[in-house]
Amino acid sequence: MTIHQLSIFIENRSGTLIKVLDALKEANIQLIATTIADTAEYGILRIVCAEPMRACEELKKAGIAVAISDVFALQLDNKPGSAADVIKLFSLAGISITYIYTFLLRGKGILVFRTDNTDLAKKTIEENQLPYIAEADLTDWA
Amino acid sequence: MSNYFNPEFETLTREQIEALQLERLQKTVRHCMNNEFYRKKFAEAGITPDDIKTLADVRKIPFTTKQDLRDTYPFGMSCVPLRDCVRLHSSSGTTGNPTVILHTKKDLDEWANQVARNLWMVGLRPDDVFQNSSGYGMFTGGLGFQYGAEKLGMLTVPAAAGNSLRQIKFIKDFGTTAIHAVPSYVTRLYEVMKEEGVDPRRDTKLKVLAIGAEPHSEEQRKRIEDMMGVKAYNSFGMSEMCGPGVGFECPEQNGLHFWEDYYIVEIVDPDTLEPVPDGEIGELVLTTLCREAMPLLRYRTRDLTRVLGRTCPCGRNHIRLDRMKGRSDDMMVLRGVNIFPIQIEKILMQFSELANNYLITLTTDEENDNMTVEVELAQSTDDYAKLQALEKEIRRRLKDEILLTPIVKLVPLGTLPVSEGKAVRVEDKRKVYQ
Repeated sequence: MTIHQLSIFIENRSGTLIKVLDALKEANIQLIATTIADTAEYGILRIVCAEPMRACEELKKAGIAVAISDVFALQLDNKPGSAADVIKLFSLAGISITYIYTFLLRGKGILVFRTDNTDLAKKTIEENQLPYIAEADLTDWA
Repeated sequence: MSNYFNPEFETLTREQIEALQLERLQKTVRHCMNNEFYRKKFAEAGITPDDIKTLADVRKIPFTTKQDLRDTYPFGMSCVPLRDCVRLHSSSGTTGNPTVILHTKKDLDEWANQVARNLWMVGLRPDDVFQNSSGYGMFTGGLGFQYGAEKLGMLTVPAAAGNSLRQIKFIKDFGTTAIHAVPSYVTRLYEVMKEEGVDPRRDTKLKVLAIGAEPHSEEQRKRIEDMMGVKAYNSFGMSEMCGPGVGFECPEQNGLHFWEDYYIVEIVDPDTLEPVPDGEIGELVLTTLCREAMPLLRYRTRDLTRVLGRTCPCGRNHIRLDRMKGRSDDMMVLRGVNIFPIQIEKILMQFSELANNYLITLTTDEENDNMTVEVELAQSTDDYAKLQALEKEIRRRLKDEILLTPIVKLVPLGTLPVSEGKAVRVEDKRKVYQ
């Protein structure tokens, strides 16, 4: 029900991002979505990519600390209000969204998010039969 | 009134000073034989008190170090029974055993006398009001100046450090004429005065500042004098000798007079431990001449300085030393607090989230000295709250250890410079060293 996301702690300084991207390029890893959340001092670079476990190994080999986390990735209908309808289900269940971002996969909107209650979030997805993507979907596409 | 608090000692000629020093050294060395540590040291060096025949013979005596104080913790260096002691001061002891300094009643009185002598020297008299804006408790700058200012006969306000608004109220309401504080705190006081619309020249009766316990440059002193509109005199002290009082500037402001009726001053090469010529920088080594509870023989202070002269237009022929130029070990002095990098390291290494590489940077930001601790994160994370909580916890634990709150910066693995061999852990970018 979840996909693997890479989280890389980086400094807010010129050259730090390219170090990570170069390492992925060297390893021939296809990026699918990235986002950076920043503070004054540092940021967390979050990456959804093909072959996340191999990407993780390659980054470690390049001396870059990386964390693997499980995040939800729901497929949305391409129409106004679809994100609101989905998020509302979690909100009604009393679940907080920690962060959220979106990307397009085969023309479909994908909503990536993390919550403060993984078990309850899974239950919500099951009960509402929300369409989610699996890791294989990412690798096939790449 | 005399220009001197102790005219009979302050105006001695060089010959008289040296004769007095020899007499007091011989007495001190004999007194040290009441203590097992010194008896053993003398036996190992193959000397007895009778071998001290001239002042130069002081060099036959082995050095004493901070490590000796730690090894004999808590009372192993005492030369009198504990019941003759009335006070102890202790370091925080965070790099091992604390160092404990014991005082008899007479020791406290002699200490107060040195401080009173200094304050009198820069023009303070019994009708002055002295505000001691220095930390109290174990920090000797508190009680040391308190007793000294009282001995001189001034109305003495133990304002302690912090609460600037209250400090300024006291200065105005009590007619404070002199303040003792660490230099960065004087700057802080001035900033708050400015915010409050208080002009120290117009609204206060201040005439003298005593600043010390923190390295500062001549430029910083001048800036402080310009801000406050009064003279600022450099004070040197260390708890091992007693505390403040050991050395102080006279109105000439040309070096600190170290009181040679109380101490034998040597400047040695920190590597060879041989004396260096006057004018050359070396490590300050002090021998106490009047202490009862804990005389210290040839104590290596680790402070670097040089001899500027042995006479002075002020009439005092006590040796003049330059302001401290740094340390011969890795101790940092920040806002009056002594800190060793190992203390920081010890705390950082308790966090499994952190890697081994760290960098301590000391800076002067808007006149305040600050410490930044950068440390590499061993693992990455997806959770911001965890990072912030981690930073907060590191800050809290460091504050417990070093008594100051540093700025903590987490950095990614492999981003701090790793030097060949011994890693550079400290960068001192403070104005005083530039």
